[in-house]
Amino acid sequence: MSKVSSKIVLKRILKQLKNYKILLSCTLFFALLTVAGTLATPIFFGRAVDAITERGKVDFSSLTFQFILTGASIAITCVSQWLMNVINNRITYGVVKDVREEAFKNLQRLPLSFLDSHSSGDIVSRNIADVDQFADGLLMGFTQLFTGVLTIVGTLGIMIYLNWIIALIVFVLTPLSLFVAKFIASKTYSLFKTTSQIRGEQTAFINEMIGNLKVVQAFNREEENMNKFDDVNQRLTQASLKSIFYSSLTNPSTRFVNAVVYAAVAFAGAMILIVPSMGALLPVAFSVGKLSGLLAYANQYTKPFNEISGVVTELQNAIACAARIYEIIDETPQTPDARDALDLQSVNGDVEFKNVYFSYVADKKLIENLNLKAKAGQRIAIVGPTGCGKTTLINLLMRFYDADSGEISVDGNNILKVTRKSLRKNYGMVLQDTWLKSGTVRENIAMGKADATDEEIIEAAKSAYAHNFIMQLPQGYDTVLSEDGGNLSQGQKQLLCITRIMLCLPPMLILDEATSSIDTRTEQKIQAAFARLMQGRTSFIVAHRLSTIKEADLILVMRDGNIIEQGTHAELLKLGGFYSNLYNSQFAI
Amino acid sequence: MKKLLKYLKNYKLQSVLAPLFKLLEAGFELFVPLVVAAIIDNGINGGQGAGYIVKACLVLVALGVVGLISAVAAQYFAARAAVGFSKELRHDLFKKMQTLSYSEMDGLGASKMITRMTGDVNQIQSGVNLVLRLFMRSPFIVFGAMIMAFTIDVTAGGVFGISIMVLCVVVFGIMLASIPLYKKAQAKLDGVTSSTRETLAGARVLRAFCKEEDEINEYNKRNQGLTKAQIFVGRVSALMNPLTYAIVNCAIIALLYVGAIKVDGGSLSQGQVVSLYNYMSQILIELIKLANLIITVTKSFACAGRVNEILEMQPTLMHTKPQSAAENAPFIEFKNVCVNYKNASVNALDNVSFTVGKGQTVGIIGGTGAGKTTLVNMLPHFYDCKSGEVLIDGRNVNSIGDEELRAQCGIVPQRAVLFKGTVRENIKWGKNDADDGEILAAIAAAQATDVIKSKTSGLDEQVEEGGKNFSGGQRQRLTVARALVKRPQILILDDSASALDYATDAALRRSIKELDYNPTVFIVSQRTSSIRNADKIIVLDGGKMVGLGTHSQLMESCEIYKEIHNSQYKREEA
Repeated sequence: MSKVSSKIVLKRILKQLKNYKILLSCTLFFALLTVAGTLATPIFFGRAVDAITERGKVDFSSLTFQFILTGASIAITCVSQWLMNVINNRITYGVVKDVREEAFKNLQRLPLSFLDSHSSGDIVSRNIADVDQFADGLLMGFTQLFTGVLTIVGTLGIMIYLNWIIALIVFVLTPLSLFVAKFIASKTYSLFKTTSQIRGEQTAFINEMIGNLKVVQAFNREEENMNKFDDVNQRLTQASLKSIFYSSLTNPSTRFVNAVVYAAVAFAGAMILIVPSMGALLPVAFSVGKLSGLLAYANQYTKPFNEISGVVTELQNAIACAARIYEIIDETPQTPDARDALDLQSVNGDVEFKNVYFSYVADKKLIENLNLKAKAGQRIAIVGPTGCGKTTLINLLMRFYDADSGEISVDGNNILKVTRKSLRKNYGMVLQDTWLKSGTVRENIAMGKADATDEEIIEAAKSAYAHNFIMQLPQGYDTVLSEDGGNLSQGQKQLLCITRIMLCLPPMLILDEATSSIDTRTEQKIQAAFARLMQGRTSFIVAHRLSTIKEADLILVMRDGNIIEQGTHAELLKLGGFYSNLYNSQFAI
Repeated sequence: MKKLLKYLKNYKLQSVLAPLFKLLEAGFELFVPLVVAAIIDNGINGGQGAGYIVKACLVLVALGVVGLISAVAAQYFAARAAVGFSKELRHDLFKKMQTLSYSEMDGLGASKMITRMTGDVNQIQSGVNLVLRLFMRSPFIVFGAMIMAFTIDVTAGGVFGISIMVLCVVVFGIMLASIPLYKKAQAKLDGVTSSTRETLAGARVLRAFCKEEDEINEYNKRNQGLTKAQIFVGRVSALMNPLTYAIVNCAIIALLYVGAIKVDGGSLSQGQVVSLYNYMSQILIELIKLANLIITVTKSFACAGRVNEILEMQPTLMHTKPQSAAENAPFIEFKNVCVNYKNASVNALDNVSFTVGKGQTVGIIGGTGAGKTTLVNMLPHFYDCKSGEVLIDGRNVNSIGDEELRAQCGIVPQRAVLFKGTVRENIKWGKNDADDGEILAAIAAAQATDVIKSKTSGLDEQVEEGGKNFSGGQRQRLTVARALVKRPQILILDDSASALDYATDAALRRSIKELDYNPTVFIVSQRTSSIRNADKIIVLDGGKMVGLGTHSQLMESCEIYKEIHNSQYKREEA
């Protein structure tokens, strides 16, 4: 990501934090207290050490006084650190909640073109994994970045106050450890990249070969695969040995640098104490207690540096993730219904397409100048080979997509001037790839009519020939279906989808016949349910069954996104075009 | 975990040296406070002068150098051992999985097997690595510091003992308390994830029913629950730092107090008090490392258990002594075959018997779950019969070696899977040494010549993982070619024309009929049009054979066959 855009994202994040102003100032305040307390404690301990001089000369009253001060400082640090942590949690998870809510809300308003053109796995991972990563970065930023900077500044200040010579030594030497850590990290980066690339290769191979082990065995390919696997495995082993080893050098190396700093501080401190002329350089008298304090500081001083460099990477990561989430949140939603949009009441079901042009991609023409008239109660069958664009028609009817030009009307009302809600309420849609919500059978059936009574639901299920199999489920209508109805057969799922429509009986229908994979008996039930549903309703049917096609009032033959022929079965056969070819090929042996 | 230890066998030396060097490093670290104490007591207070201080500080640096060297050695040995361990484990695991039979695969599921090989093994690897590096070091420093304290002063040692105990209770207590809470929060996160997934998968239906607002409300409720859980667990783990800080510092107060009395009494020196103070500061970090280590190791143990489960699986496929081919026996015979999948209450195949002559074509039809795929899976001995026999040339299939048997069968599975590599490599799965002529002939017979022609690199066209860059119909035809290049005696087409249009399907069947080596063909299909010309048609319903005969015979005698046919050709021929 470029610098400019990360700045924009940062601004966007700050805007998101606006509601948390009070909490943010609280956390800053407590961070200040925590750091002050943490830094003060070693000073008091140092003074206590100075009170413990030698036999018979221990100054107990001063000791007690220092203990009281330490106790107070411990208590303050403790409480303020806890409060700071709690507040940081609250801010982080609050922001995460807001972000997820906003993203989800916008998902409901985005045009389907957005959802169709983005893989749902990607969107889910943005809303889940990216938000989590963002939260981690945010939390670390709050807890470690601020306190880290404060600690560094504070430590340096105190060290200067205690002994500026030693402070200078620490100040000059410490960056060494950062430098070493950075050096190792940059060297190992490429090693890690190689390792993860080989690991990806191996995972892909495992996915393929273990995922399709049955085919592997059917073709006796076990040996070849073992050899290929060993080859990748060997390369992975070598690469990971290098990356694990070199990256694990960071800690020992920085520890070593710290040890050197430590020795230098001990040396300088001791020398100052025994050489009076050096001590004279200091504005205040130096002591063993102060030296022990300085040693403690020298030990602590590098920690925030290491933490901050970690936080910076984490924050960069978090910003990248935030950018991906804001792409969803800030994506333009579909144009809202006009304020004066008509609320379509129960319609007759006259549907008309007038000079309709439509394409998904601007430079790839699809539907051109489509004209078609469906009178109330008619059956319109849509036929054509797979991928011919039958779903495009459904998309336009339901206003999942809007036509580029031309007009689609219901009962003479241009559907662009009608509220989406009222238009969709007048359609009943059963798609081939049935989708059920996780929840009970009852909830699924009542999707279109939340206030339906049990009697109505059972009545609808009976009319759709679904009642029998529902009663055979473990808890009948209260059986909980897993996500996408996993525990039902394809045919049963379709029957439930029909029941869903049977309950609200809208005046117009969009039906998508299943191509295969349904056993004959269920298939017959579905046909019968469809027939019952269609009585007196304008129906658009994506048809695969010959009987459906032949009984239609109008057949639309589609190919490559276009309607190339329309008419009745007899008319189209006489035409001797694409349809008659398609029809005849079914019976070719 | 114990059973997996054998994978460290080749890395014995490394596994011993790594913790040993770690121990060395820790030991040198423990000397540091002693040296500092000497500087204070002898160099500063004792007046031994600059020379002594220089020497002592050089000792400090030397300790650092030796520590660094031993740490580097330790890291190297640990990495070697861990990486080698996981390499051998992965090899064995992969090998084992390849020997599992279909019924074990069904029981495990592919995604589980893949996780075992990837995520679980990686987790175990980092567990081994961490154990080798830290398991000795952390306890050594914690208890080493305590022992050092005891050598300086017994009372001070007591303070160490008590504070280590209290710290342990607090650190482990908070970690143990928060693990189930984290799990709970994770479960809520899964709920939010599935909400998101569902709303995307069902976008069209949800909008058709105008459920957008309901979806938002439901999601917000779940999201709220997640936030609450997260804040709660955050509150618990937020206790860790302040509490441990308080404990360590209170312990230091106690140490200084004890020290003050002892110094006043003359039994301790100021430098020794400072070194006690330093030891106390070292404990905390190592203790937290130890707690983290224990959590990682527990996770690794769980993974190890799961991996071991697979390693210990025995393939259940039965094999008997070789039998000789019987003369006059039909080429293929099913004798009262019953098949039962693990945990299923009903038989997948129930008492199925039929014979097939060499070169005949057999059609198999029936609804979903009728047992069609099961029937053809019996021929290459992918499953065992529960009772009954499957015979080829009068020999029971379980008496023929799996490799030999499967080499005779050309199988086109229901799911048309291609693998990453070129088209040529994919076709060669059928015959390793096939030349281009053989490959092209197989492709032509599979009606896939136009597929190859449509690709710029022809046979060298790269197939992406899963064959994503080929359409369903193209993939199906290429998998047919892969089976044909074998010139198999038995050709099994398991619904392998479902993505083909009627014309291509018909052409494919015609070309298979014309193959010069005249294989025996089994065609599984949902469409009567695909099998109506077969020499024999087997009609299955719920695992039972309800019809056997030619198309015209079955149209007379088999109600279910007639029903299936009519549903596809309603009133057309009747």
